[in-house]
Amino acid sequence: MADTRTTCPYCGVGCGILAGADGTLRGDPQHPANRGRLCSKGTALGETLDQPGRLLHPEVDGKRASWDVALDAVAEGFRHALAEHGPAGTALYVSGQLLTEDYYAANKLAKGFLGTGNIDSNSRLCMASAVAGHRRAFGEDLVPGLYEDLELADLVVLVGSNLAWCHPILFQRVQAARAARPAMRLVVIDPRRTASCEGADLHLPIAPGRDVALFNTLLRHLHGLGFRSDAQGLAETLAQADGDTSLDPTLLATFLDWFAATPRTVTLFSQGANQSSAGTDKANAIINCHLLAGRIGQPGAGPFSITGQPNAMGGREVGALANTLAGHLDWSIPAETAALRDYWQAPNLAAGPGLKAIDLFRAAGEGRIGALWVMATNPAISLPDAARVRDALRRLPCLVVSDCTRESDTMDLARIRLPALGWGEKDGTVTNSERVISRQRAFRPAPGEARPDWWAIAQVAARLGWSDAFAWTSPAGIFREHAALTALARPAPRAFDLTGLADLTDAEYAAFPPTRWPVARRGEQGARLTPAARFIPTPYRPPANATSAPYPLALLTGRLRDQWHSMTRTGPVPRLMAHTPEPTAAIHPADASGMADGSLARIESPWGEATLRLRHDSGMARGTVFVPMHWTARFAPAARINASVNPAVDPVSGQPELKHTPIRLAPAPMAWHGFLLARRSLGAELADWTALIPAAPGLFRHELAGTAPAAEVFARLRQLVLHQPDERQANAGLPEPPIQPPTIAARDDGSQAATPTAAWVLLEDPAAGLYRAALLREGRLLAALFLAPDPTLLPPRDWLLSLFAEAAIGSAARRALLAGAPSDGPAPSPTICVCHGIAASSICAAIARGANTLALVGEATRAGTGCGSCRPEIAAFLTKRPVPEPA
Amino acid sequence: MRILVIGAGPAGTRCAVRLAERLPAARVTLAGAEAALPYDRVALSKLLAGDATIESLITHPLPVLRSLGIHYRPATPIAALDRAAGVAVTARGERLPYDRLVLATGSTAIRLPLPGATLPGVVLYRDMDDVRAMLHAARSGGRAVVIGGGLLGLEAAVGLAARGLRVTVVHAVGWPMERQLDPAAGALLTSRLGTRGIRFAMPASTTAIEGEDRARAVLLADGTRIPAELVVMAVGIRPNIALARESGLPCARAITVDDAMRTADPAIFAIGECAEHAGRCIGLVAPALEQAEVAARAIAGEAAAWAPRADAAALKVSGTAVWSAGDIADAEAECITLRDEAEERYRRLLLRDGRLIGAVLYGDTADAGFYLDLITTRRSVAGFRSALALGPAFVREAA
Repeated sequence: MADTRTTCPYCGVGCGILAGADGTLRGDPQHPANRGRLCSKGTALGETLDQPGRLLHPEVDGKRASWDVALDAVAEGFRHALAEHGPAGTALYVSGQLLTEDYYAANKLAKGFLGTGNIDSNSRLCMASAVAGHRRAFGEDLVPGLYEDLELADLVVLVGSNLAWCHPILFQRVQAARAARPAMRLVVIDPRRTASCEGADLHLPIAPGRDVALFNTLLRHLHGLGFRSDAQGLAETLAQADGDTSLDPTLLATFLDWFAATPRTVTLFSQGANQSSAGTDKANAIINCHLLAGRIGQPGAGPFSITGQPNAMGGREVGALANTLAGHLDWSIPAETAALRDYWQAPNLAAGPGLKAIDLFRAAGEGRIGALWVMATNPAISLPDAARVRDALRRLPCLVVSDCTRESDTMDLARIRLPALGWGEKDGTVTNSERVISRQRAFRPAPGEARPDWWAIAQVAARLGWSDAFAWTSPAGIFREHAALTALARPAPRAFDLTGLADLTDAEYAAFPPTRWPVARRGEQGARLTPAARFIPTPYRPPANATSAPYPLALLTGRLRDQWHSMTRTGPVPRLMAHTPEPTAAIHPADASGMADGSLARIESPWGEATLRLRHDSGMARGTVFVPMHWTARFAPAARINASVNPAVDPVSGQPELKHTPIRLAPAPMAWHGFLLARRSLGAELADWTALIPAAPGLFRHELAGTAPAAEVFARLRQLVLHQPDERQANAGLPEPPIQPPTIAARDDGSQAATPTAAWVLLEDPAAGLYRAALLREGRLLAALFLAPDPTLLPPRDWLLSLFAEAAIGSAARRALLAGAPSDGPAPSPTICVCHGIAASSICAAIARGANTLALVGEATRAGTGCGSCRPEIAAFLTKRPVPEPA
Repeated sequence: MRILVIGAGPAGTRCAVRLAERLPAARVTLAGAEAALPYDRVALSKLLAGDATIESLITHPLPVLRSLGIHYRPATPIAALDRAAGVAVTARGERLPYDRLVLATGSTAIRLPLPGATLPGVVLYRDMDDVRAMLHAARSGGRAVVIGGGLLGLEAAVGLAARGLRVTVVHAVGWPMERQLDPAAGALLTSRLGTRGIRFAMPASTTAIEGEDRARAVLLADGTRIPAELVVMAVGIRPNIALARESGLPCARAITVDDAMRTADPAIFAIGECAEHAGRCIGLVAPALEQAEVAARAIAGEAAAWAPRADAAALKVSGTAVWSAGDIADAEAECITLRDEAEERYRRLLLRDGRLIGAVLYGDTADAGFYLDLITTRRSVAGFRSALALGPAFVREAA
């Protein structure tokens, strides 16, 4: 069997991957997005393939069911909802993880046949503002530029983008170009000093939500310098280009000068701009400046929206958002609606837009939705004001969830569960952020009874009486229908055109190479687009909910380098978890009100609360707190940040304001802090605060804190560990006998009682609240449990975790177990380079020995020579000048 | 100067030796009640277990005593003192005059006042004769009961078990050696001794020893009857103070002495288990030897004062090292425990006001010196409390 060319399932860069016949995965050297490179997440994809917790067969009401029974139940649920509420009482909530073909089928079912606009995507959380901005400025949702422009530019401006972590391959392309052309500049506009700022020429620490003010200022500045444009709306736009940036005047002036003086400028914007109640205005404020400067769709110049998901773009193309139609057709043009109705043979075509995500779940909470089908996303955790979303999901009479995993917070609430195909199993296309359509191809068999989403949709449609319209037998058929649909808008001046692909044969579809749209004719490759554009006035508006005396800090949420969304895929992979094992809240030390670095802090907002590990970070803008969005009930129930996030949305795009929620911070009152290392996951509900951390294959770290007396917790957790089998027994598939504690009293017959199987080493200091325990069997470490009144009294975990790999822990080392450190030797330190497993201490040691560049550190330690995602962090060590190692 | 030392145990012998060294002109007499030469009483358990011979226990052979100029009088129990005359009267009526007298009479094992307590086959465990009696009884094999699960009782049990007897220890508390060990360490020890075939009845009390011509069984309060041809009583000791008391020397639990180990009579000193200093008696050999040194210096006219150090007891039970020091029974103290179930190691540290006041080490006593130093110096351990029980290798004290 030959290698399979496919596309990465993570971010919107859309890197090509070669799945080797030998089971290896590597970057596809022929793919235009990555030319063979992969980031840390992509590199670890192989470890995500065989995960526990897959949903392998349909379930109805918590019981295993056949596909027939399950599909009947879905159809019945939707039929009932239609009867009860009409089309508006049915809805789909889908995902940028879907393939274009699945997306198309879902959209067709909703808008064409259920007759509702109520299909929205988690792309709503990601780039809805960019879509709206594009449509306002260009009349169509399109990204004019190419990735190549990031390399051709003389100035790259990142707005609300931690490109180094969220789109690492593009960041590396930028960095490589800068290395080749040192005059090329990088400017980062972000409230945080992120990894992307390492090595940047300028960082503008903008206050959350003030981007519009900044680009309004830039627009006035450019106009003042004599930049002119004939495009519509300049005068009124200039008149409303207000707002104070609050930036240091010198920094601001530098940025204005650089932008004005650099024709080849790309402004790349992402979730930091989009996730705002002024997100659409931010997109337009940026586009306005490029329009005035004449820098749209030029080599090395243009506004560039980068998406977060692998197929947000595909979803946009098929129109699977509540306010878009299909194939970039426009609801407001009756001829286009009529054309689509004819094309689909869908007399019940939805008359207009449906409910966007936030409104959709609000409607569900109010009992106005009778049936909802969620696909490949986890709204119970990912939407703002998440507690209300959960309540809404619970209230739904018929909640259908299609997913690969049985273990998601949303899946837990479903009435009907449908097993979906995962990456490597499903087959179709995705579109990346530069309009390149690539194939995702299957290279593994479908597990259990998992089936494609498009198939499940078609089956339900057939049961509702629409079998003719959903009669596809393969994704190729769907793709052809989708491509042909783009012809309906011709000859309207619409850029999105796949008509050249409408007659791909199955064989051509199977071999379809990465292709950029528009493709009007067979064999064409799309290029830069220079759409007719207009200026859009963007008067500055502050965030919807202002900070106040009771809620003085602004919460921003976002991504981590090695995690993806709600962690269902990346969370179980130990080396991805290693980068940031615990859910943290980053804050400037001066804002911490005396709360120590590493302590547990409670975030409270008018909407909810969460408890996280506090991290002092002098790179945070004053008055802001950053929290990763990823943690779920599966890994850290108390750290689910979206419960606290305000449900304010952009009035145009409906995108939630995830980058500004007023909060306050208080110490989380805990009687004890601790951790439990074990060979099995003991779940994420061991204590009031739990973070479950897969630490290595078959090894789990549980970070804990609680209010119950430590002595009781110590006894309870020890008991729990004793009665949990270790992985040896689990792998053997044998019944699980509890681990017998050694019997210490001799029996009456004078013989020794049962042979000890597992035995504890215990240190207990009740007066000081210190409790430590290690469980061993035949020299093999089975578990380690440490409790203390304060986190600083706990040893680092890395060394203890390393001992689980030891075959036989000697007598002398047994006591060191409870010290949590060897009596000599260096203190363990966290892993920085995930690819090669290089710890911070090794990197600092190399720097101390004279490795003063990234390349030299790489030579000395191999750190940073794999995917490169950790290079910004190594760069940070280089600039800090290491503290001399203790002797 | 005539110096008489009564009692040829470790303390009396040491004192006699030091006096002879310091005062070559003096006439030093050492009178022992036992017939044997001075021997190592602590090593009696080895003799019982068959790990030592009687000869190897002798610490001071006759030529050595002679060369030191010590007049050794074995099998010479003293019946009375005539303090006014400065004379000790032996049981046989011999009068031994003295200018200075050292009482090192030690203590007697307690015989419980039970029915049958004096039957043949019931022995105490204190001196060489007791061990000889046990060895004699063990020769025919059979079953033994040891009453008392303290150090001596367990040594006897281990020794008898090693000689092939089936041994049951009857102990009043729920775990053995409760003065040195806490319940957890006691459980470890119980388990360890169990592997040697020793059984335990505890908590239990003995109500009678049954038998007509000799001991046949031990009857417990709960009605249990344990057949035994040999019954060893190891339930404690009583200081031998009859001689002192009858001569009118002030006594409490034992003979009261000052810092120089001098009794109320300036010519008479008392050392070892029969002495009581500042309200406390000692029961271990190390402080007894220190007292012997102090008394010898004082008699030689040097300034000398005995200050009780933290009590430290280093013991070996059935091959397991046990060490304790300081105050290990303070119910108000904060305790740190370290247990290694599989390796049978255990530690308990007692703290008050951030200072170590007592320690029990079981199984691994290598760090005893570290803890004794902390107890003695009363240094604060607050800075390294979490590592304290793990031993000095893990303690990083702030400079």
